[in-house]
Amino acid sequence: MELTDFFTDYTLRTITLGTAVLGAICGMLGSFAVLRKQSLLGDAISHAALPGIALAFLFTGLKDSNVLLLGALISGFIGTVWIRGIVTKTHLKTDTALGLILSLFFGFGELVLSYLKKQPDANQAGLDKYLFGQAATLVQSDVIVMIIVTGISLVVMLLFWKEFKLLLFDKNYAMTLGFNTRFIDGLISFFIVLAIVIGLQTVGVVLMSAMLLAPAAAARQWTNSLGTMVILAAVFGAFSGVFGTGISASYNNLSTGPVIVLVAAVFVGVSFIFSPSRGVLFKQIRLIRNRRDLELKKTLYFMYGIVEKHEDISRPHSIKILNGFQGFTRGTLKALSDKSWITIKGQDWSLTEEGFQTAENLYNTNMPES
Amino acid sequence: MNAELAIILIACLTAVACAIPGVFLVLRKMALISDAISHSILPGIVIGFFITEDLASPWLILLAAFSGIITVVLVEAIQKTGLVKEDTAIGLVFPALFSIGVLLIAIYANDIHLDTDAVLVGRLEYAAFDKLMIDHVSYGPKSMWTISITLVITLALLFAFYKELKLSTFDIGLSSALGFSPVILHYGLMSVASVTTVVSFDAVGAILVVALMIAPAAAAYLLTTDLKKMIVLSILFGIMSAIGGYYFAVWLDASISGSITTVLGLIFLLVYLFAPTKGLIAVLFRQKRQRTEVSLLTFLLHLNNHDSIEERRVAHLQEHINWGKVRAKTVLELAQKNNMITMQDEVVSLTNKGLKFTEKALDYIITNKDEQIEDMKDDFFLFRG
Repeated sequence: MELTDFFTDYTLRTITLGTAVLGAICGMLGSFAVLRKQSLLGDAISHAALPGIALAFLFTGLKDSNVLLLGALISGFIGTVWIRGIVTKTHLKTDTALGLILSLFFGFGELVLSYLKKQPDANQAGLDKYLFGQAATLVQSDVIVMIIVTGISLVVMLLFWKEFKLLLFDKNYAMTLGFNTRFIDGLISFFIVLAIVIGLQTVGVVLMSAMLLAPAAAARQWTNSLGTMVILAAVFGAFSGVFGTGISASYNNLSTGPVIVLVAAVFVGVSFIFSPSRGVLFKQIRLIRNRRDLELKKTLYFMYGIVEKHEDISRPHSIKILNGFQGFTRGTLKALSDKSWITIKGQDWSLTEEGFQTAENLYNTNMPES
Repeated sequence: MNAELAIILIACLTAVACAIPGVFLVLRKMALISDAISHSILPGIVIGFFITEDLASPWLILLAAFSGIITVVLVEAIQKTGLVKEDTAIGLVFPALFSIGVLLIAIYANDIHLDTDAVLVGRLEYAAFDKLMIDHVSYGPKSMWTISITLVITLALLFAFYKELKLSTFDIGLSSALGFSPVILHYGLMSVASVTTVVSFDAVGAILVVALMIAPAAAAYLLTTDLKKMIVLSILFGIMSAIGGYYFAVWLDASISGSITTVLGLIFLLVYLFAPTKGLIAVLFRQKRQRTEVSLLTFLLHLNNHDSIEERRVAHLQEHINWGKVRAKTVLELAQKNNMITMQDEVVSLTNKGLKFTEKALDYIITNKDEQIEDMKDDFFLFRG
């Protein structure tokens, strides 16, 4: 496969466009799922969609993806309602409810699928692609549906932006302001279910939740603003889709789902490590830097303690007298003299005026600087 | 041993082996960890399979179980960085590991009998025919051996550490104060869950393992709060679904593991609806009754506050407390039936009993102590009256 194929090959162009749009909508709506702490709800919903697909085929006999996805939408919705019923009406916890719905619905879906497989006349081959996704089966009409759904959810999101944001961060305040939180809540959930269902054909029921989570989790590391996060997540999602499709198209027979998920996972890994404000790497660097700074100041204060009693603060002292003090090294001495807090002459050190002032104010950070 | 019996036996053993760790996972609110483990042992199984070329080899089981533990460690490490919430950490780790497993199969293992479909639902149908052969003598299906051994180990651990497990599940503070390391118990449980998942994986697949772990325990939890009873009930539910699922699958000519899960789902649905005190119907009934009781209380307090005849007319009351006709009627009738009020010419007045009741209720509202309302239930209540 050549790079130019992306622009000349009709099928590939359709597929790439489809996965890019899918990644974008998943990232966009996934941001809300992640911030609402409903990350794993997506996992449960996508698994719960499988019996819907199988039953839709069983009853209609059609393999049109829109019919099947409608079935997925319905059974995903039933799963969501049941999860809510279990959590609110019984003492079972959210994790149990999610695991239950996920596995029970999926098992039932498998039962129906295996039943369909044994039917002699049924042309059921290809339903399997909903397990791991096969982007190669995307056709233009599928992509158009995706674009329409993305457009609608974008418009709704912009219309209800303020409400969504308020609900996300302060539900009680939204209630006191008189917003119909139940409606807004339902609206967000509905669009999350919709995004999941749209992605089933490409990514598959098993891995769809990662498609929803990963771009949003990656985007979260780079910003604290909801708007930026949503846009970034959409971009990450789109790139995961495009790269994933590209890689899986260049090897034969690789399911797109796992490849896209791994690409998205790379985005997450890079963000976790390299994000400037939250990333593990810079956090570690900051930690080490702060620790060094602290050591330095400790040494300075120790010196200050020695010098304090003398009238002449710049009187030289032997370096040897520092030996009992932990945290003192040749390096710290050099760093101190670099900051011109001390001067070193041979085996002696002496505090400068500036160093003395600094040490004096070290524990008075609340005082105004004189 | 014929194939049918062998399959049922394997299904039952698997169900029991899954149900025991499942109970503790549900109680410790870690049900989704089982989901994560069942997905992420896949790369371990695939790599193990490349090395040993035998799905029932103990090395493969250990290797795969180890990758289950790695998942738990990884999830906890990500949680510790504080970059994302706990559930997101789970949701990020297992799809990535599972994807690696699926791709490894797709790239390197096209010609071995480890296909992605079997990974999800297992091949219980064939498990009975994969026999353990030593010196050309058949010792029964391999997976029966592996599952039996796992079950024996699980049971032994359960009996040996029952007290410690129970304590650390319900009161982690006390258990660590008494010197049982919660960390060791936690990872011990995770190891058992991982090994069980790996062993069951071949028979029932990645996602149905989750069903066998969570669903029996969840159903049992709705029926009892006694740990021992809960374990016994979950085992019972597991066995019921294994046997029922097998015959349902034979009748329908469909996947056995899918059918077992479906039966499990039906069992859970029935329990969810009809469990005596915690089922949906019982809860809805109780909530309705509590609403009526609160309404009655409000009504009596209102009467207590208003002496004038004007305020106590039935028509006025309806308007004043702002109830619908039906609700007002229910409350009035209930109050009359319990001899708390008398009605004369559409004017309601409290009886002595009603007066005493409202005084006690006020007492309760002011002090807000539970003991007071307990007394009230015995003295007056309500639907018994």
